[in-house]
Amino acid sequence: MNKIAKLFITLTSAILFTLATISSAFSKVEGDTIVLGAAVSLTGKYSSNGVHTQNGYNLAVERLNKMGGVKVGGKSYKFKIIYYDDESNPKRAAQLAERLINQDGVKYMLGPYSSGLTKAIAPVTEKYKIPMVEANGASRSLFTKGYKYLFAVLSPANQYLEVAIDLAVEKNGGKPVKIAQAFEQDAFSQDVRLGILDAAKRTGSEIIIDDKLPKELNDMKATLVKVKAKKPDVLVVSGHTKGALTAIRQIAEMKVDVPMLAMTHCDAAKLSKQHGKNSEYALCASQWHKNLSYKDKFFGGGKKYDKDFTKRFGYAPPYQSAESSAALIVFKDAFERANSFDGDKVRDALKATDMQTFYGNIKFGPGGQNIAKPMILFQVRCKGDKCENKVVAPTKWASDKFYHPIPSWSKRS
Amino acid sequence: MDFLIFEAPILMVQATLDGILIGILFALIAYGMALQWGVMNIINIAQGDLVILGGYIAYTMYLAGIHPAWGVIVSPIIMFFVGWGLYKLVINKVVDRDLFISILATFGIAIVFQQLMNFIFGADVVVAQSGYGTTMLFDNIVTLPHSTIFSAVISVLYAIVLVIYMRKSKLGRAIRATAQNARAAKILGVDTEKVYAATFGINAALCGVAGALIAITFTLHPYVGLPYTVRSFMIVIVAGLGNLPAVAISGMGLGVFEEFADYILGTEFRIGSVFMLLVIILVFRRFKLSRKREYLK
Repeated sequence: MNKIAKLFITLTSAILFTLATISSAFSKVEGDTIVLGAAVSLTGKYSSNGVHTQNGYNLAVERLNKMGGVKVGGKSYKFKIIYYDDESNPKRAAQLAERLINQDGVKYMLGPYSSGLTKAIAPVTEKYKIPMVEANGASRSLFTKGYKYLFAVLSPANQYLEVAIDLAVEKNGGKPVKIAQAFEQDAFSQDVRLGILDAAKRTGSEIIIDDKLPKELNDMKATLVKVKAKKPDVLVVSGHTKGALTAIRQIAEMKVDVPMLAMTHCDAAKLSKQHGKNSEYALCASQWHKNLSYKDKFFGGGKKYDKDFTKRFGYAPPYQSAESSAALIVFKDAFERANSFDGDKVRDALKATDMQTFYGNIKFGPGGQNIAKPMILFQVRCKGDKCENKVVAPTKWASDKFYHPIPSWSKRS
Repeated sequence: MDFLIFEAPILMVQATLDGILIGILFALIAYGMALQWGVMNIINIAQGDLVILGGYIAYTMYLAGIHPAWGVIVSPIIMFFVGWGLYKLVINKVVDRDLFISILATFGIAIVFQQLMNFIFGADVVVAQSGYGTTMLFDNIVTLPHSTIFSAVISVLYAIVLVIYMRKSKLGRAIRATAQNARAAKILGVDTEKVYAATFGINAALCGVAGALIAITFTLHPYVGLPYTVRSFMIVIVAGLGNLPAVAISGMGLGVFEEFADYILGTEFRIGSVFMLLVIILVFRRFKLSRKREYLK
C-alpha cells in the first residue's frame, strides 16, 4: 500500500511538473487571444475595492473584444485576463506575480488594487521585463524608483489635495492661508501630505497643526480640539475611509467650525450616503467623476460609462473601476501602435502613449505616472436629505460652483 | 509632543470627561472578560471580535430602518446564543486545559470571526447614525456628544443589572460558586457545564451591548477588534478578577490615560500608549510579586 501511495505521489508530481513546464511554453498570445495577468484582492481588507478593480477590467475586456479587439499585423486579437486572488496580502501578490509570469507565461500585466500591493508586484514585473499598466497604485514612491515597465493611468498621490490648498488661497484673495492637517501614517496618506507641504511652500502658507493618525483610527478628537482652538482656514484629512468617516462624525458631534474641509476617500467611504447632511460642504479629492467631459470611442463619455457599468454590475462605478477600465484602453492602443507582441516594443509604445480616454488624458512621465490628468475636487451638496457630489475644481472641468466658506454649525439645520 | 492642553487647561476637562465616558464602555467589555476568566480560567482573545460582531448586528438593524440604539437590546440577545454556541462548539474542549491552549483556540476564533464578518458585511468601514445631538459647555469649548453619554449610561445600567442578577438569581449563585471552586460546586450538584456555557453566553452578550454602543459612537470594520481585546485584558489584570468596582475604576482610568496620551503624544500613539502601559504594568506586577516571594521565604 505504502509503495503504491509513493508511486502515486511520484507520478502526480511528475505530471504536474511537466504541465507546469509546458504551460510556460504557451505564453502571452494563444491563437487569437492576448493573455493578460492580474492579481487582485477578492478577499481580505481590500476586497471591496479589489472587486471594483476586477469589474472595471472585465467591462473593458468585454467592450474592447466586442468592438473588434486589438489589431496587430492585420489580424484581430481578443483580450483575456487570468486572475488570482492576492488576499490583500503583499507577499501573496508578489508570489502570484511570479506564478503568472513563470507558470502561466503571462507577458503583460495589469495592476492590483492599492499602492502597497502594486509596490510588492512592481519589482517582480521589472525583473522579468514585463510591462504592467496599473490603475490603482498612486503612491509617489512607485514613480521614483526608476521602474521602466510600470505605467500608471492615475494621478500620483501627492497631487490629491494640492488643488485644495490653491483653492483656499484663491478664496483668501491670493493671500497665504493657515493649514491644519491630519494624515494617517501609511505610504499613500504620507504622499498626500508631501503634496500639501509643497503647496504650502509654493503659496507661502503656514501649517499650524500637523497631526498623525494611527492605522486603527476611530477617534480624532484631539486634532479637532486643536482645530477649534487655533482656527485654521482649511482642515485637510487623509486616512482612508475610516479617516473620512471619523472626521465627519466627530466634526458634527463637536460642532467644529472650519471654513474649508478637504479629504480623500469620500466616495469609497460613501460619505454622502453614510453621513448625509453632516457631510455637506466637504471637499473631496477624486481621480474621476462621471460628469467630466473626457471622451473616447469605446465608452463614449463618463455618463455613458456610468450607465453601462451600472447596467452590467448593478451599482454605480467608483473611480477605481473607471481607472481600471482605462488601463485596458491604454494596452490596446499600445499594442496597435507597437504592431507587435514583443515585450520591449510594447513597452516603448506604452511609454509614448498620449491619448484621451473617457477617464481622462493619459501621457506617462519619466517615472511612469500619468502627467496629463489633473485631480478633481468635488463638494458634497445636499438638497433636503439627498446629498450629491458636485465637481467644483479644477475650473476647466467643473460643473458646479464651489461653496465657501462652510457656514457655522449654529446656522446649519 | 503637543502642550496645548497645558496652555488651555479647560481642555483637560474635555479629555477627562471623554476618558471617563469611554472608559465606562471599556469597563463593560472588561467585566465580561473578567467574569469568564474568573469562572472558566480562559483568556478570550476573540473578545474584541465579539464586540465588533455585536456592532454589526446593530448596524444591520440600522440598515433595515430601525434606530441603532435598539441594538443594545437586540444585539446581546443574539450574541448570548452566539456565545453559547461557541462554547458548545469549541470552548468546552479547552476549558479544563492549559491556559495556553485556550489562548490559541480563542485566537483562532478571532481570525475566523474577522474573516466571516469581512465576508458577510464587507471590508468597508461603516457607521450607524443615532442622530443624537451634542451638549456644549464652557462657551462651546467642551463638547459632550449625547451618543457617548448614552453609551456610558447604558453600560452602567447593564453592569448594575448583571451584579444584581449574579447576587440574586440561582444561575448567578451557581456561576459564583463555580468560580470559587468548580469541583466543590460540581459535587454539590451544580451543573458546571451549563454554568460555563451560560458564562460564555453572558460575556458575549455584554460584548454585544458594547458593540452596539460602538456602532453609534465610533466606526465599525471587521479588523478593529484587537484594540478592544487588549484594553479589556489590561483593565482585568489591573483590577483583578471578580472585582467589579475595581474594573470600573481601572476602565475609567484607562480611558482618561488614553485621552491624555492622545492630546499630549498625538493620536498616532493612542493605542501604542495602551500597549506600553500594559507592558509596564506586567513588569511592575512581576517585580512586586517577586519581592513578595522573597518575603515569604
